[in-house]
Amino acid sequence: MAYSDKVIDHYNNPRNVGQMDKSQSEVGTGLVGAPECGDVMRLQIRVNPETQVIEEAKFKTFGCGSAIASSSLATEWVKGKTIGEAMQIKNTDIVKELALPPVKIHCSVLAEDAIRAAIGDWKKKNGVTEAVEVAASV
Amino acid sequence: MSTVENAVKAPANVKLPIYMDDHATTPMDPRVLEAMIPYFTSKFGNAASRNHSFGWEAEQGVEHAREQVAKLIGATAKEIIFTSGATESNNLAIKGIAEMYRERGNHIITQVTEHKAVLDTCKRLEKHGYRITYLPVKADGLIDIEDLKRAIDDKTILVSIMFANNEIGVIQPVAEIGKICHQHNVIFHTDAVQAVGKIPVDVNAMNIDCLSLTGHKIYGPKGCGALYVRRRNPRVQISAQIDGGGHERGMRSGTLNVPSIVGLGKACEIAGEEMAAEAERLGKLRDKLKAKLEAKLDYVHVNGSMEHRLPANLNVSFVYVEGESLLMGINDVAVSSGSACTSASLEPSYVLKALGLGDDVAHSSIRFGLGRFNTEAEVDYVADKVIDVVQKLRELSPLYEMVKEGIDISKIEWQAH
Repeated sequence: MAYSDKVIDHYNNPRNVGQMDKSQSEVGTGLVGAPECGDVMRLQIRVNPETQVIEEAKFKTFGCGSAIASSSLATEWVKGKTIGEAMQIKNTDIVKELALPPVKIHCSVLAEDAIRAAIGDWKKKNGVTEAVEVAASV
Repeated sequence: MSTVENAVKAPANVKLPIYMDDHATTPMDPRVLEAMIPYFTSKFGNAASRNHSFGWEAEQGVEHAREQVAKLIGATAKEIIFTSGATESNNLAIKGIAEMYRERGNHIITQVTEHKAVLDTCKRLEKHGYRITYLPVKADGLIDIEDLKRAIDDKTILVSIMFANNEIGVIQPVAEIGKICHQHNVIFHTDAVQAVGKIPVDVNAMNIDCLSLTGHKIYGPKGCGALYVRRRNPRVQISAQIDGGGHERGMRSGTLNVPSIVGLGKACEIAGEEMAAEAERLGKLRDKLKAKLEAKLDYVHVNGSMEHRLPANLNVSFVYVEGESLLMGINDVAVSSGSACTSASLEPSYVLKALGLGDDVAHSSIRFGLGRFNTEAEVDYVADKVIDVVQKLRELSPLYEMVKEGIDISKIEWQAH
């Protein structure tokens, strides 16, 4: 299978690899996928409690090149965005940016799930309700 | 951040890309090509033309090849039928026997790690009223002989068990199977595509009644194979599946592919002469590859028996690294993976799953198939490259990190998707 240049670039030079201490209150962790399905993504965000801006993002992914690229791209995209803005990232945006073929669309879905799971975890930890999302997207 | 690719450089004596996928196909030996060439141009006759020298010349080429093929497996020339390859040979043997012996019984025994050419043929027969038993394999990939004995009943007409597996290279106890089949008056067919020319095969010593082989796995041409059909003790009969001009003693009609048949014959002759030395050389290289990988990497899981295995096969899982991502990092080395992402079906290898491996281990598997033209320098380079890429991908792997931190990932409630 031929990979797009962008997938190859993210695969060769993955952005924001690593982990953050998930016990910290400002860190949200999303762990999605399953080993038996061949892909597991862990995406973490560090959110500024004042501004609700994602100041740092880290990932680690077990999966194919497209899964690695999707999660690497997701960390790039969420950085600097508010929680509300990050919730707007759609898997179709990732598909477009990385020129993923149909058989790899599930990789982008997983990356979107990872973003939402990380944000959900942060919200849960910080007792934030849906109101924040509305406020942030105004 | 270190990059995944290109950290390990190939030395001057290694030409890239490297082919190490000989279970899929093999490059043609130049000696085979040389033998074939005259049969495309000057000796182009139809082997069935009985009344002129062009036909006789072509027929001579075919009959010489028939003897070369027969010799490699201990058969006689009259027992060899040329086909378009092993898929056709398997179809012809199984369907042809099923049809011919329908009155005697309708039960066929095979096993779960067969090639699809056998499994799907059996599935089709099931739709036509045949009863198929799919024997399981043990964790090492071998069938249990006791299972076979128990499965045979008075309606059993055929046992079809492969000689060596195309993914894990595991060699079934063929001689034992043949003996049991003959004790029970059951025909024994074996798909020996991966074994012929790689390890000794003797249809008489092993009580094999029908055997499928193909040219392109033994440095011969694609699209040309053969089926061995026993003529004595017992005489096996098969119903033709392709009707026409009655070629190949009526068992397989169609104008013979003379150049390729000549090539198949030559490939068999070379294999017969060089097999012993080649198996020894490749076995050592395979063992070196395995030793290097295991010395530098943890969680390297060998899939299938090492003891009962083709000398040039290595199938290993680099646990916590997904196979396709590994292939992407070693893109100047041609190998295969059992990962779902590399298959059209998006299912991980059914062969590896049959060993009882978890899907996660199957997703992490790589099959190395060494061949005649691989060198030690190539093996060294491939080992270094794989080690480098696996290490980098494990830095990226949340699973590897968790396991290293002592977390039991089997206890995590994963969200299957």
